[in-house]
Amino acid sequence: MKPRHRRFMWIGVGLLALAGAAALTLSAFQSNLVFFFSPSQVAAKEAPQGRAFRIGGLVEPGSLTRDANTLTVRFRVTDTAQTIPVVYTGLLPDLFKEGKGVVAQGSLQPDGTFRATEVLAKHDENYMPPEAGKALQDAQRKGGSMQGAAAPQASAR
Amino acid sequence: MIPEIGQFALVLALFVALVQAIVPLVGAARHDNGLMSVAVPAARVQLLLVGLAFACLAYSFATSDFSVENVAQHSNSRLPLHYRIAATWGSHEGSLLLWTLMLAGWGCAVTLFSRNLPLILRSRVLAVMGVVAVGFLLFLLLTSDPFTRVFPAAAEGADLNPLLQDPGMVIHPPMLYMGYVGFSVAFAFAIAALLGGRLDATWARWSRPWTTVAWCFLTLGIALGSVWAYYELGWGGWWFWDPVENASFMPWLTGTALIHSLAVTEKRGTFRSWTVLLAIVAFSLSLLGTFLVRSGVLVSVHAFATDPARGIFILVFLALVVGGSLALYAARAGAVGGGAGFAPVSRESLLLANNVLLGVAMATVLIGTLFPLVVSALDAGKLSVGPPYFNFLFPIFMAPLVYLMGIGPIAAWRNASLPDLWVRLRWALGVAIVVAALLPFMLGTWMPLTAVGLFLSVWVVGATVVAVRQRFSGMPQRGLIDRITANSPAWYGMLVAHLGIAVFIVGVTLVRGYEIERDVRLAPGESIDVGGYTFTFRGMASAAGPNYDALVGTFDVKRGERVLDQLHPEKRSYRASGQVMTEAAIEPGLLGDRYLSLGEPVTDAGPQGAWGVRIYVKPFVDWIWIGALIMALGGLLAVSDRRYRVAARQRAAVPAGAVAAD
Repeated sequence: MKPRHRRFMWIGVGLLALAGAAALTLSAFQSNLVFFFSPSQVAAKEAPQGRAFRIGGLVEPGSLTRDANTLTVRFRVTDTAQTIPVVYTGLLPDLFKEGKGVVAQGSLQPDGTFRATEVLAKHDENYMPPEAGKALQDAQRKGGSMQGAAAPQASAR
Repeated sequence: MIPEIGQFALVLALFVALVQAIVPLVGAARHDNGLMSVAVPAARVQLLLVGLAFACLAYSFATSDFSVENVAQHSNSRLPLHYRIAATWGSHEGSLLLWTLMLAGWGCAVTLFSRNLPLILRSRVLAVMGVVAVGFLLFLLLTSDPFTRVFPAAAEGADLNPLLQDPGMVIHPPMLYMGYVGFSVAFAFAIAALLGGRLDATWARWSRPWTTVAWCFLTLGIALGSVWAYYELGWGGWWFWDPVENASFMPWLTGTALIHSLAVTEKRGTFRSWTVLLAIVAFSLSLLGTFLVRSGVLVSVHAFATDPARGIFILVFLALVVGGSLALYAARAGAVGGGAGFAPVSRESLLLANNVLLGVAMATVLIGTLFPLVVSALDAGKLSVGPPYFNFLFPIFMAPLVYLMGIGPIAAWRNASLPDLWVRLRWALGVAIVVAALLPFMLGTWMPLTAVGLFLSVWVVGATVVAVRQRFSGMPQRGLIDRITANSPAWYGMLVAHLGIAVFIVGVTLVRGYEIERDVRLAPGESIDVGGYTFTFRGMASAAGPNYDALVGTFDVKRGERVLDQLHPEKRSYRASGQVMTEAAIEPGLLGDRYLSLGEPVTDAGPQGAWGVRIYVKPFVDWIWIGALIMALGGLLAVSDRRYRVAARQRAAVPAGAVAAD
């Protein structure tokens, strides 16, 4: 093999490896995208069945109940237009409160309950998760005016 | 009065920065030594003025001057003094001021430690740093003034976010920023070289120590942030692939590539234009990271809407710096030239592979971090990229990188022989394979990823031993001490940093493979076994801190019948903000941590009843941060090498005319 051919071969190998890395990255990327849906979108059946996604909105005041013997909690997430029941087993983050914004990741069960694998905490209590804030805004734009009681920042008490 | 002095100092600093940015460049273009020598005093006055401004802000925080809006929003009179001072950089405005202070500090350091550089190069370097300073000072003064007053003054401050009231948070941001901003020196050297069209081995030798020091700080800063997340967030994780973390990790990956590419440029004169490009990218990513984290773009895309001036300023500044330097690169890189050739198997090609792998890894992080932002900005829906994406991809790119890292220090420059490398390294390879095959069984179960991780660690240690033996056996010196001292600190620094990687990988591998996490429900008096330890909940008591009230739990940790320790996790309620914080209790150990954090009371009995408790057993988790510390020490050891200073002096001895011949 001439030196020139050899160099081309090495460059070819390098390019192939890079192409492989790019393909791998893109496929991993695609399978790990987690989409966000608001309660209204979930109620309108826009969310996928059986694939993980995120929902966000406010924890409906008075909706939090605990299982007697386990760490399972149930609560409802609302964007003031629609409400989705959520069930989660584990510890809730410090900033989880009724009437406050929340984002949960999980999947939809056949009975319409959202089984959360993760309830996301953020670093600041006045901070509204952007997804949750957006869900509220969208719901209000669409005709939430009749639901005037629940402005996004309104506290539960 | 004090805040006004600070603000005035900032305005003056802006004018000085303008002088620092413009006059030396004009001088360099006209070969006017008088104009060029303005750079040094300008850089020093710059540090004085920004330092004064920073001191004024710190004073306002220390004395709780709530007529300053920034203080009123991020501090509180009941906050302990050290946290009041740390609160200076707890806000967007304050942290940008810290950034600017660091920049001025690095500029002043250049004037002190690069006295022997040719005047024209030093002037250009300082001028480029002046340009960056102008950008930051304008950003501070126009959109993020830290000294804005409120009338009437607030009676009490809103408090510092309790998550930040922690010793880790006092030192983490300064460390991180020292790293970020440190890359501005490497960037300035690169731009100065492009301007002058002179880029060779000597340039690389001048640029190297600065890059390495910045990298050390960044390494420490990231590690501190990781430790902080581990104990303060209460989830027991050490890395979450959070966009804020990624923003600091991207410059680190690029900086690591830059260090290696600079080595090639210094030793062989090759990779020149690539090195310059890396320097530009590393600093651009530092800027991107600072702005992503600090502008609120990441936390909420709506930040653009609430303060469009800030967002637009950021975009324009980034576009100017990145676009301008890349345009200069495109125009000049051709003149920089390539360098000597090398064979497919050689130290050069191994370092090229290092750069490619680090570059690919950086690109994957960049995609995963920015894509959700872009989609959201286009209003095309909301999505996020989960940690599984990163956790899947990273080992794939890092494993070959670490494998090649073992070979690199042993391979010869220019042309290495594969059979020779095989003969030298086969023992290290054999030991690594045996350990990877057997050790996981002794630790528990055998898992492929655990085996790969252990293989890589042992491989790196083995290859390092081989590298030392190879070097020592070829030396003319007789005694061991003579042989040890005859080698350069730079060489030891490299080996130490590589060993740090090995230690880091042990930590990551074992904690990933064998950690145990349990969320349980415990009433006082109840016990639970986790990972061979028995945790007994003794009870809950109240305690008061300086600015919070706490519920403190008591848990016994037993192994068999022996009581090892008592853990005291806390649930704090901060009085000023009412925010609730979990303080995890950790019993650290070299072989693993016991980690316990409180959830919340789960019965109607309240705090005296049963609690949700998170119990973790984390084998070897501390090795992650010890590894990072060793890496940073390796970097510092490398910088201590005398040749960087001697080389600079030798260059200075060359007549100025020969250097200015650009």
